[in-house]
Amino acid sequence: MTSRRTRTLTGWGAVNLLVVLYALLPVWWIAALSFKDPGTLGDGAFVPRQWTLANYRGIFRTSEFTRALVNSIGIAVIATTIAVVLGTMAAYAVARLRFPGKRLLIGLSLLIAMFPPISLVSPLFDIERLLGLFDTWPGLIIPYTTFSLPLAIYTLSAFFREIPWDLEKAAKVDGATPAQAFRLVIAPLAAPGVFTTGILVFVFCWNDFLFAISLTSTTAARTVPAAIAFFTGSSQFEQPTGSIAAAAVVITVPIVVFVLLFQRRIVAGLTAGAVKG
Amino acid sequence: MAEIVLDGITKRYPDGSVAVHDFNLTVADGEFVILVGPSGCGKSTTLNMIAGLEDITAGTLRIGGQVVNDRAPKDRDIAMVFQSYALYPHMSVRQNMGFALRLARTDKAVIARKVEEAARILDLTEHLDRKPANLSGGQRQRVAMGRAIVRAPKAFLMDEPLSNLDAKLRVQMRTQISRLQRRLGTTTVYVTHDQVEAMTLGDRVVVMRGGLVQQIGAPQELYDRPVNLFVAGFIGSPGMNLLNATVEQDTLRTALGDLAMADPVRRRLARAGAPRRVIVGIRPEHFEDAALLERPHGGRTATVDVEVLESVGSDVYVHFTAEGEALTPGALEEFAAERKDTGAGARGREVVARIGTATRAVEGGPLELWIDTDRLHVFDPDSGANLTLPEG
Repeated sequence: MTSRRTRTLTGWGAVNLLVVLYALLPVWWIAALSFKDPGTLGDGAFVPRQWTLANYRGIFRTSEFTRALVNSIGIAVIATTIAVVLGTMAAYAVARLRFPGKRLLIGLSLLIAMFPPISLVSPLFDIERLLGLFDTWPGLIIPYTTFSLPLAIYTLSAFFREIPWDLEKAAKVDGATPAQAFRLVIAPLAAPGVFTTGILVFVFCWNDFLFAISLTSTTAARTVPAAIAFFTGSSQFEQPTGSIAAAAVVITVPIVVFVLLFQRRIVAGLTAGAVKG
Repeated sequence: MAEIVLDGITKRYPDGSVAVHDFNLTVADGEFVILVGPSGCGKSTTLNMIAGLEDITAGTLRIGGQVVNDRAPKDRDIAMVFQSYALYPHMSVRQNMGFALRLARTDKAVIARKVEEAARILDLTEHLDRKPANLSGGQRQRVAMGRAIVRAPKAFLMDEPLSNLDAKLRVQMRTQISRLQRRLGTTTVYVTHDQVEAMTLGDRVVVMRGGLVQQIGAPQELYDRPVNLFVAGFIGSPGMNLLNATVEQDTLRTALGDLAMADPVRRRLARAGAPRRVIVGIRPEHFEDAALLERPHGGRTATVDVEVLESVGSDVYVHFTAEGEALTPGALEEFAAERKDTGAGARGREVVARIGTATRAVEGGPLELWIDTDRLHVFDPDSGANLTLPEG
C-alpha cells in the first residue's frame, strides 16, 4: 500500500518535473543568453562561462528601449483599466439582467474575439492614418481595448454568476441603493475576478506584437515587443542577440512580479459561507 | 410593526405566465401568517412582491396603511430572511448584523448596542467577530435572523428559513422562531413548503397552489374543514386517504364496504347536488382497531389485509391496499402527481390507518378496522370541492 503510494507520488513528481522543465527551458535559455558576453554568445552553454551585464547596460544606454518601455507600461495600463471598467459593467449586466439583445451582445463579443487580428491590420492602418491616430498611444489603446473586452466580459461574467443573487436582494432589503449594493457587497466579492481579468488583459496588451509593429512607426508609441525587432548590433555584421535576450528578460520580469503579487487575490472561494455550505 | 394588506395582488410575467393570481389577504399587526404550498405555487413570488424584489403586475399592497407598490425595498422598512441566508461573506457576523443600520447612518454606539443585544438573544455573542464561512449551518441561520431583528422593522418576511437545516435543528429553530416572534410581536409572513412547519408556527395559514389561494385559515380549521381535495391532501401527515365511491341512497359504496352517511352529511350532499361518483376522504386517525374499542358506537367495520405495520411509539400505522379501481382521472390525477413532490404520503388506493399501540395486528394477517363515518369528507371528483363542509 505504502510502496504503491510512493510509486504513484514519484510518478507524478517525474511528470511534473518534465512539464516544468519543458516550459522553463526556453526561459532559462533566454536568461542565460542575456548574461553572456558577445564572444561566448554562440557557445551553446547552458550556464554562461563569462557572466556580464553588458547586454543590460547596452539596452538602457539609448533611449530606444527605455522609451519603448514607457510606451508599453503606459499603453498596457490604460488599455487594461478601460477594458476592466467597461468589462465589469458589461459583465454585470450580462450576468444579472434580462434585456433584449443579450444573446446578440454575447455573440458579437465572441465574434470579435474570434476575428483573426491579422485580417484587421491593413484596414486599421488605413483608418488610423486617416484619423491621425497612427503612431500614437490611443492608436494602440483602442484596438487593445476592443480585442480584450470580450475576454474581460467572459471571465468577469463567470465571476458575477458565481456570486449568489440572494446577496444583492438581501442588501436591497437591508436598505441599500443599487449603487451601494454594488459597491459594498458585489464589488468586494468580485475583486478576485477583476484582478484575474486585469492580469489577463494586461498580459495580452503587454505581449502584443502584431498591432504594435503595424500601427507605429517611431518611438512615439512603439512598445517593447516592436522595439526589440528594431534592435541592431553595434556593427551591421553583428547580431543583436544579447540585447534581444536582455530586453526579453526585462519585459518578462514585470509580468512575473505582477502575477506573483496578485496571486493571493485570485484565490477562489471568497464567497464561501455566503449561502448554505 | 404594521398591518400588511394584499389587495388583488397579481404577478404576470412578460411571457404571459401567471405566477400569482388575485391574492387577497390582510395580515394583522403582530400576526404570524404562513404561505404554504408545493414548489411553483407562487408563495415565494408573493413574498418577493411584499419585499419589493419583484414588481406587482396588478393590485395594491399596503404596509402600515401606506401603498408601497412602487417603493424600492429599502423604503418599505421590512426585513427578510432568505433560504440561503444570504450572509455577506466578506463581513464578520457583527458587520453582517449591523449592515442595515450602517446604511441607515445610525450612530456607531447605537449599532454596537443593538447588535450586542440581538446577539445575546440569539446566543451569538461569542461568534460576533467570525466570518460566516467559519460558522455552522445553525449559527448562520441565527445570524440571518439576527440581521432581521436588529432593525426592528415593520415586518419580517421569511423565505423557507429552516429548509437548509437538519431535521433536529429545524425543530429547535422552529420553536425559537415562534418564541422570538411572540416576544417581538412583529408582523411576520413566512413561506414554507413543509406543512408541519405551517401547522405548528402560524396563527393563520394560506394554502396556495398554481398561483391561486386555496384556503386561508387557522391550522386546525384547515385540518378539520379543508375546502377542497388539494388542501385535504396537503395538510396532515400521513395525508388523508382518498377512495373512489358511488352514492347509493344513504350509503357510500367504497372499496372498504358500504359506509353509511351520517344525517348531516347526507343532507349537505343532497343540497350540493352531489354527483353519483364521488371521492371519500378519511384521515388515518379516524380508523381504529375494532378489537380495541369497547363497543363500536356508530361507524362501521371492514376487514383488511395488513401489508406493513409501523410503530412510532405513541401510535401504530397500518398500511393496506383498498380493493377496487384506482382513483378517477381528472382533477385528482394531477393532484396525486403533485402530492408525490410534497412527500405528503398516500397515493391512489394505498390506505394508512393510525391505531392504538395495544393492537394485536400482524403484518400479512387480517385486521378488523373500525371507521368513524361521522368524520368522512366527500369531494366532487371534477372540481375537487369538499361537499361535506357546513354551510357558511
